[in-house]
Amino acid sequence: AALKDRLRSQVSAALKEGRVTPTELCQRCLALIKSTKFLNAYITVAEETALKQAEESEERYKRGQPLGILDGIPIAVKDNFNTAGIETTCASNMLKGYISPYNATVVQKLLDQGAVLLGKTNLDEFAMGSGSTDGVFGPVRNPWSYSKQYKEKSVPKSHSEDEESNWVITGGSSGGSAAAVSSFTCFAALGSDTGGSTRNPAAHCGVVGLKPTYGLISRHGLIPLVNSMDVPGILTRCVDDAAVLLGSLAGHDPKDSTTIQDDFKPFELPNLTDVSKLSIGIPKEYHVPGLSSEILAIWSKAAELFKNAGAKVVEVSLPHTRYSIVCYHVLCTAEVASNMARFDGLEYGHRSDMKDSTESMYAATRREGFNDVVRGRILSGNYFLLKQNYENYFVKAQKVRRLIANDFVKVFRSGVDILLTPTTLSDAAPYMEFIQEDNRTRSAQDDILTQAANMAGLPAINVPTALSERGLPVGLQFIGRSFQEKQLLTVAKWFEKQVQFPVIQLEEVKRHDSGVFQHQKSASFS
Amino acid sequence: LAPWIPVVGLEIHAQISSNSKLFSGSQVQFAAPPNSLVSFFDASLPGTLPVLNRRCVEAAVMTGLALNCSINKKSLFDRKHYFYADLPAGYQITQQRVPIAVNGSLSYSLCIDNKMSQMVTKTVRIKQIQLEQDSGKSLHDDTRSQTLVDLNRAGVGLMEVVMEPDMCCGEEAAAAVRELQLILQTLGSSQAVMAEGQLRVDANVSVHHPGEPYGVRTEVKNINSIRFLAKAVDYEIQRQIEELENGGTILNETRAFDSKLGCTVPMRDKEGKQDYRFMPEPNLPPLILYDAKSLPANMNHQQVINIDWIHERLPDLPSVKREKLVEQYGILPEHSFTLLNEDGLAEFFESVVKQTQMKPKKVIGWILNDLLSYLKQHSLTVKESPVSSSLLADLLNLLEKKEISSTAAKRVLVELWKGEGKTPLEIVKEQKLELLQDQKELEQICQAVIDGQENEVIMMVLG
Repeated sequence: AALKDRLRSQVSAALKEGRVTPTELCQRCLALIKSTKFLNAYITVAEETALKQAEESEERYKRGQPLGILDGIPIAVKDNFNTAGIETTCASNMLKGYISPYNATVVQKLLDQGAVLLGKTNLDEFAMGSGSTDGVFGPVRNPWSYSKQYKEKSVPKSHSEDEESNWVITGGSSGGSAAAVSSFTCFAALGSDTGGSTRNPAAHCGVVGLKPTYGLISRHGLIPLVNSMDVPGILTRCVDDAAVLLGSLAGHDPKDSTTIQDDFKPFELPNLTDVSKLSIGIPKEYHVPGLSSEILAIWSKAAELFKNAGAKVVEVSLPHTRYSIVCYHVLCTAEVASNMARFDGLEYGHRSDMKDSTESMYAATRREGFNDVVRGRILSGNYFLLKQNYENYFVKAQKVRRLIANDFVKVFRSGVDILLTPTTLSDAAPYMEFIQEDNRTRSAQDDILTQAANMAGLPAINVPTALSERGLPVGLQFIGRSFQEKQLLTVAKWFEKQVQFPVIQLEEVKRHDSGVFQHQKSASFS
Repeated sequence: LAPWIPVVGLEIHAQISSNSKLFSGSQVQFAAPPNSLVSFFDASLPGTLPVLNRRCVEAAVMTGLALNCSINKKSLFDRKHYFYADLPAGYQITQQRVPIAVNGSLSYSLCIDNKMSQMVTKTVRIKQIQLEQDSGKSLHDDTRSQTLVDLNRAGVGLMEVVMEPDMCCGEEAAAAVRELQLILQTLGSSQAVMAEGQLRVDANVSVHHPGEPYGVRTEVKNINSIRFLAKAVDYEIQRQIEELENGGTILNETRAFDSKLGCTVPMRDKEGKQDYRFMPEPNLPPLILYDAKSLPANMNHQQVINIDWIHERLPDLPSVKREKLVEQYGILPEHSFTLLNEDGLAEFFESVVKQTQMKPKKVIGWILNDLLSYLKQHSLTVKESPVSSSLLADLLNLLEKKEISSTAAKRVLVELWKGEGKTPLEIVKEQKLELLQDQKELEQICQAVIDGQENEVIMMVLG
């Protein structure tokens, strides 16, 4: 089995049949992580515990008693999920060195099924950002920056400019997780999605990024950004694998009162062949001003694809789309101001040396612990929550949120099954260009296509579609009905099969893959 | 000088009697080692979420029903933000928009002019009852310039009961709180012991002239007993009147009651210009309660709270218990108040009545005048009484059978207090307190006395 393999269809079978052992798999992933260190995708690599988990998994396979499809599978987790005994930093000085005493429910579920936790991935500080560039451990580099596909297409602007400064961003805020999956250092990764933080980097890194329906997967242990919009996100190599992860994570959690009570039945995705009964909606408001002509073309082509296959493709309207960013800013910053109030240096995390008074200690701790982006959102949020502003901002935004959610209800009620939209405005920007604008500006721009799904709590998925002129991934987004993940993923899987998105060609991975399992090489490329 | 009308309202925090806290599973216990009852959620560890404790909701519903409130079938939770060492999350979860119960009333009784014989019933409106978290405790160690924080209490469930400003003086406030305390203890929804911090009372006080709008009010905190409540309220009313009559103004401030000096002093302006930035608690869905009518057919009984079910199971409230005592035993209403006011006294009384032939109307005198005054003198509770109900019953039986006089009975009681284990009969024999019933014997004694005092007798006969 090769590191490029798909989880369910390839690696899982290989483990079961003994063609590869969990320990080998783990070791190779760890080695690849080391050699791709320049990507800065991982904040913490839990080498010892991962190898131990792999050994335990191996024992189970030897006895013929694997826990399930995830047993022995190396995975990575975004560093805003609590992992007992392994540092959880949220890429912030506030939590540097913080070792949580408990596992997030989703982490526990993965471990209970035998998954091997390789480490914690990099992100924008406290998940605030759309580039994975604003964490204290530095930016994450998009693996595609080092791909043959990108290098072939990139024209050096001057001969003094070398490869180093040309690298492109992963998108954010779950950039580390996306990069980890994209560079084959793990078979799946957990991200989080509040305004697009799983789908955006998935699109830029050419991987599948699933945002489940709000209330389907437990948030217990996910350090919150916006409690009413956050969901754990799933990043995988293919839609099938996303379904596997979903099946292992979804379901009511008594520790999270916002999860639904209904039983969740994990499903296997059917191989859809006939799309004639499908109605695809194309929301016209998603043809936003900043959308690159390239992506517009890819989007149109995709719509054509469905039409030619017999599906009904209709233009629909989500009239309140243009208010979603402003609405998001008010509600997000208000919740941020509230959620960050607990970081006072008293119980855990960073505590300033300032001792003059409790208040001065709070102020110094929070100034030292948070970056500009976090502090900016806290100040804005507190402003919106002031008694004299509450009605005009917070309550108004809640009302607008209801309107945005109703837009989707109306469209789905009219007979549309799935919406098809672009995920991002363009392919990944070079880092040097991206940082020319501040975090708030970039977030406002980049969230426009993904944010509304969080407002409405709907499931949405990015499917890698094609390469851009620059040789970088472009993805398209499917948005489905509440709790209809099966339908959403079935359609996404059909689409994935049609577009046959190319595998990234990375030098490092080739090196790691060659050698021991030569005879498996042919099976590793789909 | 125009008369002043004092106006008193109360905000009462009652700690809910439950095994675990309002939103987490850690234990509720008084005086445990510091920080030994703290869950991850209580410590505000990032990523933890609140989970509502069913028992706390039931306690609030019971209390709401006992106070004649409308129970809101849908109530909401909010975050109230401020920074303080004993508030780990930087916000308290409370019910600001829609509390669990509203618009109730509490009836309480007072003696007019300190005479037990004349009691008057008053009513105070209950504005609302809301569920909220208690904070931890912080102790300021000034010598070492440090603050010690104990989070054992952080997150314990509270019922905040808001009483409208329908009271006019310390006595009324005290009587209202006392009655509330009895109700809570009867329901079991709170142990309501002020000394253990299970019942905390803040008073809102203002004064105005008749016909004029209400005056500026002050909030008085740091009141540690019902007795101090009356004192604090009366002091504050007086202070405000004097201030205004001297041409001064009343500030809308928070004052602390100093029990040593018996006065109120301004507190550091902690709350004055605070904006709590209330925001809905996003991690808790609206709290939905059902009644028999609205209960969905196939709902699991374990999953829901049925208000009617709780209503049917409410115990007799103090007012009902008093009525029953008056009816059953023919005692006076004011007697029933005293009986219920002392923990265990009503049970003691009923126990004595069962074991004696003496009429309850007579027994009550012995309970309220003799037993109770002795207990008060020695600061004992009924449970700690050295005289058990059986012993007292035995004594009263001797009296009832005319084997001793009532004077003798009181002397026997004095002996019994010593708790030396002697029975009333033994004491009577020891001290030769038996009443002589025999006519002939009595005549002989009288004759003997007269015979021994001849001169005095002659003097008496002659006038």
